[in-house]
Amino acid sequence: MRPSAVRLLNILVPIKRTVDYAVKIRVNPDQKGVDLNVKHSMNPFDEIAVEEAVRLREKLKDEVKSIKVVTIGPPKAAETLRTALAMGADAGIHIEVPDGAAAPEPLGVAKALRAVIRREKDSVDLVIMGKQAIDDDAGQTGQMLAGLMDWAQATFASKLVVDPKAKEASVTREIDGGLEELKCRLPLVVTTDLRLNEPRYASLPNIMKAKKKPIQKLTPGELEVDLAPILETLKVAEPPKRVGGAKVENVDELIAKLKEAGITAVKA
Amino acid sequence: MLRLRPVLAAGSLSRRYATAASPHALVLLEHRAGVIDSGSLSALTAAQQLGGQITGLVVGAPDEVKGVVEKAKKLKGLTSVLHSSSEQYAHNIPELVSPLLEKLLSDSTSYTHVVSAHSSSAKSILPRVAARLDLPAVSDITSVEHDGSSNSTTFTRPIYAGNAISTVRAPDSVRVKFFTVRSTAFKASAADEAAQVEDKAIDPVEVSDAPTQHVRTDLTKSDRPDLGSASRVVSGGRALKNAETFKATLEPLADALGAAIGASRAAVDAGYADNSLQVGQTGKVVAPELYMAIGISGAIQHLAGMKDSKLIVAINKDPEAPIFQVADAGLVADLYEAVPELVQKLKQ
Repeated sequence: MRPSAVRLLNILVPIKRTVDYAVKIRVNPDQKGVDLNVKHSMNPFDEIAVEEAVRLREKLKDEVKSIKVVTIGPPKAAETLRTALAMGADAGIHIEVPDGAAAPEPLGVAKALRAVIRREKDSVDLVIMGKQAIDDDAGQTGQMLAGLMDWAQATFASKLVVDPKAKEASVTREIDGGLEELKCRLPLVVTTDLRLNEPRYASLPNIMKAKKKPIQKLTPGELEVDLAPILETLKVAEPPKRVGGAKVENVDELIAKLKEAGITAVKA
Repeated sequence: MLRLRPVLAAGSLSRRYATAASPHALVLLEHRAGVIDSGSLSALTAAQQLGGQITGLVVGAPDEVKGVVEKAKKLKGLTSVLHSSSEQYAHNIPELVSPLLEKLLSDSTSYTHVVSAHSSSAKSILPRVAARLDLPAVSDITSVEHDGSSNSTTFTRPIYAGNAISTVRAPDSVRVKFFTVRSTAFKASAADEAAQVEDKAIDPVEVSDAPTQHVRTDLTKSDRPDLGSASRVVSGGRALKNAETFKATLEPLADALGAAIGASRAAVDAGYADNSLQVGQTGKVVAPELYMAIGISGAIQHLAGMKDSKLIVAINKDPEAPIFQVADAGLVADLYEAVPELVQKLKQ
């Protein structure tokens, strides 16, 4: 017998295509941005979000009705959606913006996600997303989405246990100085910390299968959202270079260097 | 602006001064166990650079707030202190604290800026409030400058794990400018015993049927200086082998120097050290007087968290490790020989 509809969980995972974490980025000489003709991949925190959604399904089986991934980005962001589909998501939504368009700000992204959630036929119960993107390092979108939806939020999650029957989740969060546990009512926005899980690699058969999974294309216009930045980026510059690289031969020289800088042992 | 007029006409003198040219910042003063967080004191210093009035806001459980307000009133740079207490505010749950901020920052507000530390708690609250007021927010700023004539505020902030510095301007159209402050970029505002600013209680905005409940908080206990604000940090990486050697090797050195202990992500992931000790893009950002990287190769993500330290010392047996490119003093040596020798000679 099919479980009643109220017990079925619909999960939405917003993901972002970013410069790969291992790339040493370069600032453009015009100081308007960084060189983006480099390897891109899924934002690492978003991989953790996709992994967590897939693990929830493995644990809760049929109680997870759908896992949809959504991205806002240039045509190439479709590759990032395919990666998420290969990891186990069911369907993708691509809000396509032209190549070279200004990067949307968290507020614009949160509004677009709100519009996506409102369009969904089945109500979204759980949004799992990265705690920050490693390009702009803003760390705002999840909180903004929760605010716009007036939903519960659990940021920097390192453990997530969902009870679909009670429509509740228990979340352990990483906070300054330790951990905090919350009990949140669904619908809920969770943002992932590194400790939540270890994302899987997509297997070849799953990559092949992912090619057949549906990706819906939308434009910001169709969602009636304006992704134009509100803040003006005046300049992107190289950080001041450190004059490091000095080596010492032994511990005595090291101690001399420390003394020079006024650093000595403290009295016990 | 039209909507503001009736309020301005009916408001007090101070309200009338709150025109575009005169910034008025609301600074979130976070506290734990009756002590104001040092990150909030740095946020206060950043707020002073706006050049206008500064109101501190203390929110918490009734038994906490009173003592904190007394301390806040003595802070250099504040022009007034607002406080609100409720049992609902005990754990800084964003869903419970946001409505109070929303009310304070409604259309008729005189505040032009909202400022907080880039702490785990404020990072959770500020963007939520900003979005509900349809305003953007600027995260983790390292400098701030307000231009009264255009009513715009310009910030710098690190992006791409600190490998680029972005300069952004919040224009006049951003009614209230929200930003969180990287505490290592601003000195903590000091106390001024003579100062005694006015304080004012504001009614809490109680949330009925709260969607989120606090279950428990587990803080890592430590007798050492707090990693985020320590002037000296000794950090260990994967080369420390296991939790026991991590402890046995680094603790004597940290003790000798009166330093906090930090760790690379590799060390944390391998279980050598607690999560809260992680230094890097995804952990803590520190900028102490002395940062000692022991057995840390120096991945981009780690450097993002420590490269603003004044003196960087690295001990690593791989002469090619990237950490040596930023170290002011690099020693190529086996850490198991070098560290004990260093401890012993430091103590002499």
